[in-house]
Amino acid sequence: MNNRSVHIIAFLCAVSGLALFFYKAYRLGFPLTADTDRTVWTIEASLRFDARPGPIKAELKVPALTSGFTTLSENSVSGGYGFNLDYADGGRLARWAVRSADGEQRLYYRVVVYADPSVEEVDTTPPFPDIPALDEPLRTAATVLMQEVREQSADTDTLVAELLTRVNDPTPGPNVELLFDGLSGSLRRTQRLIELLAFARVPARPLRGVLLADEQRHAPVRTYLEVHNGVNWTVYNSRTARQGLPSNFYPWWRGTDALADVQGGSAVDLNFAVRRSQLDSLDVVAQRSAAQGSAALNFSLFGLPIQTQAVYSVLLMVPIGALVMVVLRNFVGLQTFGTFMPVLIAIAFRETDLLAGVILFSLLTSLGLAIRFGLEKLRLLLVPRLTAVLIIVVILMLAISILAHRLGLETGLSVALFPMVIIAMTIERMSVIWEERGATDAIKAGVGSLLVAAFAYLVMGMDALEHLIFTFPELLLVVLAIVLLSGRYTGYRLLELPRFSALEKRR
Amino acid sequence: MRFWGFALGRAGVLGINERNAGYIMPLNPRRLYPRVDDKVKTKALAREAGMAVPELFFVARSQADALRLPAALSSHASFVVKPANGSGGDGILVVDGRYGEHYRLISGDLMSETALLHHVSNIVSGQYSLTGGPDAALVEYRVQFDQVFDAISFQGVPDVRIIVYKGYPAMAMVRLPTRSSGGKANLHQGAVGAGVDIVTGLTLGAVSGNERVNVHPDTLNAIDGNQVPHWDKLLEISALGYDVSELGYLGVDMVIDRDLGPLMLEMNARPGLNIQIANGAGLKPRFAAIDQHLSSNAFDPDPATRAAVSRSLMQRLNDSVLGSAAKTA
Repeated sequence: MNNRSVHIIAFLCAVSGLALFFYKAYRLGFPLTADTDRTVWTIEASLRFDARPGPIKAELKVPALTSGFTTLSENSVSGGYGFNLDYADGGRLARWAVRSADGEQRLYYRVVVYADPSVEEVDTTPPFPDIPALDEPLRTAATVLMQEVREQSADTDTLVAELLTRVNDPTPGPNVELLFDGLSGSLRRTQRLIELLAFARVPARPLRGVLLADEQRHAPVRTYLEVHNGVNWTVYNSRTARQGLPSNFYPWWRGTDALADVQGGSAVDLNFAVRRSQLDSLDVVAQRSAAQGSAALNFSLFGLPIQTQAVYSVLLMVPIGALVMVVLRNFVGLQTFGTFMPVLIAIAFRETDLLAGVILFSLLTSLGLAIRFGLEKLRLLLVPRLTAVLIIVVILMLAISILAHRLGLETGLSVALFPMVIIAMTIERMSVIWEERGATDAIKAGVGSLLVAAFAYLVMGMDALEHLIFTFPELLLVVLAIVLLSGRYTGYRLLELPRFSALEKRR
Repeated sequence: MRFWGFALGRAGVLGINERNAGYIMPLNPRRLYPRVDDKVKTKALAREAGMAVPELFFVARSQADALRLPAALSSHASFVVKPANGSGGDGILVVDGRYGEHYRLISGDLMSETALLHHVSNIVSGQYSLTGGPDAALVEYRVQFDQVFDAISFQGVPDVRIIVYKGYPAMAMVRLPTRSSGGKANLHQGAVGAGVDIVTGLTLGAVSGNERVNVHPDTLNAIDGNQVPHWDKLLEISALGYDVSELGYLGVDMVIDRDLGPLMLEMNARPGLNIQIANGAGLKPRFAAIDQHLSSNAFDPDPATRAAVSRSLMQRLNDSVLGSAAKTA
């Protein structure tokens, strides 16, 4: 393996890890930090009517194309009614039916959404509208008005702008006055505008919906004018002539028909209520992928049982601790016992916290080391010797726990969480180095191990990092890439600079 | 890739990372390690190649072998017992004579035959082997040390370490025991390492720990300017070490016997880097000179010729360093 193949493999790892990360973070909306709450809106349409005795069929137009919003869930509350959802021209229909009902009835349709600017719905291109049949003198007024408007515009956009300017003029021309006389309410006005645009063969439709702002028990239905310019739909506010929708406008329905239709009932009243709530981002992702049947979450850690998740939240940080160790060993040049011992010690520190962990660890190791030197005189073979050290470590742990408890020190109890095998191995290796290379080297390596463990503990304990790795385990591929690259690092270790300083060549 | 240490880079100092990734990994395939790690194997290979080594009297590979030891040693008064896979001088016994039924150790203590056999059986069961696996105990000729280094060493055994790159000697030092090293020639135990000029065999300055020193800490005699005897032979043996081990990055450790001259003690597949401090020079320019020589010349199968080539290469390197120093002055 030469440098090039290492670079290529590292590059592939990093790219695939980062690609998956960005896909999940920005496409699927996995939260980057642990505490991101999302604002979630619940829009409830309640349909109230008086039922005559007999069968009831109720229809409610419900949203289908909702650019800028993602639907988390939708449901209906309607005791005794059969319910289904159908696609219909202009959107979807919620249908309720019951064989017999009497008195006041209430049907609810509820949809939970959150703002998601990345959602864009593809809409169809409509046919050219027929010239509408209007009675005289409206017909002549419309023809003249649209002729003037057409002459003073270049394309659909400017045509609509010109039309809206004339219509909204405080001192409108006689034709406008005639056409809009007595038309109150934005729906009626919008309908007239659509008729006028049809004279110019421009397809248009009303866009109706509610503004998602605060709590609204009675949210008004607002109407916007949607015009097709041959390429895509453009929304206009028919009062201000401004293009585009407010970002908090939730489009409910496109079309001029009544939103609700009840056969067999009277005094129909449709009311919209809007409620805002905060939901944990992960729940949002979970609900949405459940709604969409997406596999992204099923194949993430969140699909695992909670207990297993807890194990992995620790386990996934081990590579991060190992990365810290690689940096401290190969780039800084600290000496440690064994390759992964410091990382394992760092994991033990999670249970005891840093200061208590360092103190307990030093205490155990030095006591164990003293006894190990005693054992040295007995000249035991390797495996029985290691076992003896292990047993002594367990006894020492027990003694420290009992003593600390008698003294009222709670942290002393957590010594039991230290992996005793790790401590026994540390003692053994330390004593071997002590014998072979002297106390200085042994203590140096001991302090090095403790330093690396403390660093690894601090890095592994960063909540933000833990969340990031747990939510995006693919980032481990990036860690792998970094480790692969540092495996070919041939520069000096930081501690070699003072070591070889006598040899430095200054230019 | 380098983040820091540019001044060291200009001096051609070899760092641990680069030693491991750039030299040991490509030049020293792992399958060759047993040739230098197992002292029995090393000795057998060395003898085959005609290299001078301390004579092997006896090898105990099992407890049964250990029992045959006294009979095998009856004709030798002094000998050394050591583990084949030991390191750092652990488990080594030096016997310099007999006193009745007892063996007399170099320290003057007497050791019974039972105690000696127990020691050998401990070695065989792996007590001194770092891996803990079964080991073999070697009994070999006890080197009669030359007195040449007496002025600059304290007790113990001074030895000569030569770094051999692709078969060509590249850098050398003498390891001088001190009081704090307890007579051992191991640098991490406190021995002083003195650089040796490859061309002349004269000692240069020295390193103690990571510091440069000029006098021996115990005898206070100047370390530099001492002639290492048998220098030609030492260079030749080290070059031959490559033919024996086939390791491209090799450390050869030798001692000088009063009667037999230079003997090879052991070889090392990952020799340390402090030799650079002892010599006050980086290894990389020397490796580069050898590489350059090899790029235009075929590898010479004769170790003596390779030693001579190294000398002239290093002579040229010395000259150019002196030349550039003169220029800056």
